[in-house]
Amino acid sequence: MASFNFELVSPERVLFSGDVNSVVVPAAEGDVTVLANHAPFMSAVRPGIVTVDGGKRLFVRGGFLDVNTSGLTLLAEQAVPVEEIDREKVAADMKAAEDELRAASTEEARTLASEKIAALAAMMGAVRS
Amino acid sequence: MPSLKDLRNRIASVKATQKITKAMQMVAAAKLRRAQTAAEAARPYAKKMESVLANLGAGVSGADAPRLLAGTGSDQVQLLIVCTAERGLCGAFNSSIVRLAREHINKLQAAGKTVKILCVGRKGYDILKRQHDKQIVDLIELRSVKQVGYINADEIAQRVMTMFANGEFDVATLFYSQFKSVIAQIPTAQRIIPAEIPASAAPSTATYEYEPDEASILASLLPRNISVQVFRALLENAASEQGARMSAMDNATRNAGEMIKKQTQKYNRSRQAMITKELIEIISGAEAL
Repeated sequence: MASFNFELVSPERVLFSGDVNSVVVPAAEGDVTVLANHAPFMSAVRPGIVTVDGGKRLFVRGGFLDVNTSGLTLLAEQAVPVEEIDREKVAADMKAAEDELRAASTEEARTLASEKIAALAAMMGAVRS
Repeated sequence: MPSLKDLRNRIASVKATQKITKAMQMVAAAKLRRAQTAAEAARPYAKKMESVLANLGAGVSGADAPRLLAGTGSDQVQLLIVCTAERGLCGAFNSSIVRLAREHINKLQAAGKTVKILCVGRKGYDILKRQHDKQIVDLIELRSVKQVGYINADEIAQRVMTMFANGEFDVATLFYSQFKSVIAQIPTAQRIIPAEIPASAAPSTATYEYEPDEASILASLLPRNISVQVFRALLENAASEQGARMSAMDNATRNAGEMIKKQTQKYNRSRQAMITKELIEIISGAEAL
């Protein structure tokens, strides 16, 4: 199988860089599997799991994917390898976000909090599976 | 002529100072290494962001372009975001950033523009408020932050974007110090609103497929780009600050060493002179008998 270059970068560090055969990305309108020689493609990313070569799994939140002739680049606002996620911390964050949602008075704050909860729920799901 | 006791005290105090500067230098060196890795780790993201933006920006232009990219069509009100350190004792680091900002302020004011200043970091605020107190909109302190995270940058960026959305300014410029090496930090001005798209990045000829669509991707990419640029500026600043402090403290330690040497020599000389004087007194006293 043909391989291509995949880079996963967050503002804080480069999480993955190298040749891969396939990458599954949770794009805005559904999961996308990118193989070699994919047509140029750009999409927003929703919170979820990126699977590299069917094995290595990374959690990403917020970002963009850019497929061009040089390969796939994923710009994530936040990215962590699944095995580094701390289950207790996620649970605590979840609780805080729920409190925030209850306390939210404006529409804007409510949307923000529920977005946070959705991201954390995706993170929880990642740890469990 | 200072007495021997005075000299002894003076040497002791310089030695104590030297110990402090030496310790500060070593702390700065350790912090520098961490700050430098952080700054270097952030570079690929910013670079990728730039190339993606260049690709997108080339496609979207004209009247339907978002305001963060195209600007408000005016440049009357200018916002200067001046990022400096929270602490002093780091050579010319803070003052060189402020000097660059001040040059810009003077130039803009001469051209009849309105200037607003947003200070990030206490030290820049302290210097700027002497002359430009009225123009300073706010001060964001990062004193409690040990290691600058993306969240800190995001907060600043949100703040700037809210101001922009409220029409409080037309053009925003970011001032920070770029880290070249331990001895070279370059104060830099960078325009962030409207976004500056590098001309060198040639737009790719390939036709992209967009999901959901070009405009909405660009709309969410642009605010993120501002956060990233602020984040990069903060990291570069952190590394520059430590570098500047390290070399400043190295200088101070060396100067203290020189001073100790000089003072010790002076001390030994006057001690010797006193002994000689006493000997002469004894001898001439004995001869007189």
